[in-house]
Amino acid sequence: MNIHIKNGRLIDPRNNIDAKLDIFISNKLIAAIGQAPDGFVAAQVIDATGLIVSPGLIDLAARLREPGYEYMATLESEMDAAVAGGITSLACPPDTDPPLDEPGLVEMLKHRARNLHQAHLYPVAALTTALKGQELTEMSELVEAGCVAFSQADAPLTDTRVLFRAMQYAATFGFSVWLRPQDSFLARDGVAHDGEVATRCGLPAIPVCAETIALATMLTLARETGVKLHICRLSSAAGVEMVRTARQQGLAVTCDVTINHVHLSEMDIGFFDPNCRLTPPLRSLRDRAALRAGLLDGTIDAICSNHAPVDEDAKQLPFAEAESGATGLELLLPLVLKWAEQEKLSLADALAKATLRPAQILGLDAGHLSIGAAADVCVFDPEIYWKVEPAALKSQGKNTPFTGMEVQGKVRYTLVDGKVVYQG
Amino acid sequence: MNNPQLNKDGELQHLLTTEGLPVRIMRDILDRAASFLDVAEGREIKKVPLLHGKSVFNVFFENSTRTRTTFEIAAKRLSADVVNLNIGSSSTSKGETLLDTVDNLCAMHADMFVVRHSQSGAAHLIARHVAPEIHVINAGDGRHAHPTQALLDMFTIRHYKKEFHNLRVAIVGDVLHSRVARSQIHALTTLGVPEVRVIAPKTLLPTMVENLGVQVYHDMAKGLKDVDVVLMLRLQNERMQGALLPSGQEYFKNYGLTEEKLAYAKADAIVMHPGPMNRGIEIDSRVADGLQSVILSQVTFGIAVRMAVMSTLAGNGK
Repeated sequence: MNIHIKNGRLIDPRNNIDAKLDIFISNKLIAAIGQAPDGFVAAQVIDATGLIVSPGLIDLAARLREPGYEYMATLESEMDAAVAGGITSLACPPDTDPPLDEPGLVEMLKHRARNLHQAHLYPVAALTTALKGQELTEMSELVEAGCVAFSQADAPLTDTRVLFRAMQYAATFGFSVWLRPQDSFLARDGVAHDGEVATRCGLPAIPVCAETIALATMLTLARETGVKLHICRLSSAAGVEMVRTARQQGLAVTCDVTINHVHLSEMDIGFFDPNCRLTPPLRSLRDRAALRAGLLDGTIDAICSNHAPVDEDAKQLPFAEAESGATGLELLLPLVLKWAEQEKLSLADALAKATLRPAQILGLDAGHLSIGAAADVCVFDPEIYWKVEPAALKSQGKNTPFTGMEVQGKVRYTLVDGKVVYQG
Repeated sequence: MNNPQLNKDGELQHLLTTEGLPVRIMRDILDRAASFLDVAEGREIKKVPLLHGKSVFNVFFENSTRTRTTFEIAAKRLSADVVNLNIGSSSTSKGETLLDTVDNLCAMHADMFVVRHSQSGAAHLIARHVAPEIHVINAGDGRHAHPTQALLDMFTIRHYKKEFHNLRVAIVGDVLHSRVARSQIHALTTLGVPEVRVIAPKTLLPTMVENLGVQVYHDMAKGLKDVDVVLMLRLQNERMQGALLPSGQEYFKNYGLTEEKLAYAKADAIVMHPGPMNRGIEIDSRVADGLQSVILSQVTFGIAVRMAVMSTLAGNGK
């Protein structure tokens, strides 16, 4: 089907475009920009007057909770939420039940996602069997089944020899390893940043050195093995500085941060708000400032939602017992826009952190609107302000620290492979 | 952020923590407790009808005979109907959530909950959940707060020292895991004590504890020098397993309060302890039973202070 998106402000970070340009979509691909190709007859015209036309968002961390945790969320509910948030591709971590450690599971997930005809799903497989940190998964088979990288999600990998060998093996085939740095001994029982708020509230704490010690191990082993390493969910100033130094020394490491950590700090826990029970923990204001600086200078490549829908009962508990996580798919775009406005950043630079850069980390030819590229597009109104109300979210997860806050930017159309999959 | 323990008129709706508790309310509670002390001692009638017809539910998710008993006595002296529930972890292991339990008790027409729970923030969670005419008293939540203990400690200090503005107070022991210490620190600083010290090894102090307004000492000789009040904390036996301390003996050697160490404090310094004591671990018997110890007065005053808290809350009903 041919689609003509007219009168919109086209923003494409890769091609340095920020201009009022029409876009012509044909046969799932972007056929032309500006001028219609010869003989183009639009079956659908989208009037994007006053709207922004950008590459669809690409989220590096979205838990869909299938298989195993359907009481928290389902593939259907969360894929709906993704496209409502303008997300056209998402990577899901392997911490399902059972974990994504077998090709059959990955194929099933991919198959089910394909049948929903919504966003593209890119499973990240388990690095070790059952995420137990002992034996390697069948990486080649998993990649054949459609995995894009290997990870431990939030499960610990304490045996450094296993980690070393996993990286060596992945490096043999050029596979990516995604790891969240956290020393499991230092983080044991911890639920909040080891700082002023945990001290005041009497909450078991996770010190920054839990992140930096694990990070030092990972960076050292990445240097040693030459593996493609992606650091997930950086949370501290010291962590940002270590990644910055490693990159200056020539290590090709990438990293991301969650949108929650861009905007929030330990202070937001207030009187034990379980919505702020997150992984990694929200850290100090100084850490938040360093994460933002890391985004601006390019040390941090991407912003992810770290979407983790949780059933409501699991949040109605004392802080330390409450399930960690927050819904995020529908808030990623508004919160990236809010960050851009606060930092006085161009929309192209800001959107690159949630489109082009995550695509590069995933090794995808996506996140841009070049002629011939897949027509994954997000059309949004940047001027609409709306209040975050849990009941109005499509995600089955209703908990977010941003409940009741006013955010900016509303998705009007989401296109995946040249087809409108969401209209709002 | 609204203070969740005050109602819209700034009156006490719940007692959850001494942090952010206005000094006016704190002093009112102490004054009111002084008037109840006459009820407890001396006078013939031990009862006043301030909570007549009200139901007070002591809901203890973590066992504590002593605290529960003092709340029970306090409620009965105010003529309330008292229901004691030792829930322990039994109910939650049967699958009932904390708030389910609370809903059930609300359906039995509770007017006031006295809650103890092993998790920090549990009392706040319950206070946020219950109907606005119900009052919640935090009888200890995890490591977070134990406001009635701190208020009875303040009452005891005022009883013996008269004023707060000229005092030097030292809190000794496991501050990291102590809800009592946190509540004492907030109460002391709110009431205007100019110098609050904590004395402990680094493993038993939380990060940035100095931001709570205290001076940090690791040495008893220096930390106790010229103090007016020594507040001892209980040391749980399990601290030895977590690699926080090598042994009880070594702890006693460094931080146990003996007559020798107490001699660094002012000659008229008082010694307090929230109980139950570990004699020979954090405190020597000669100090615990000595002339400077006011530990048993604390227990007596505890009933008056809890009466004061309950009657204040009942008076602030909708």
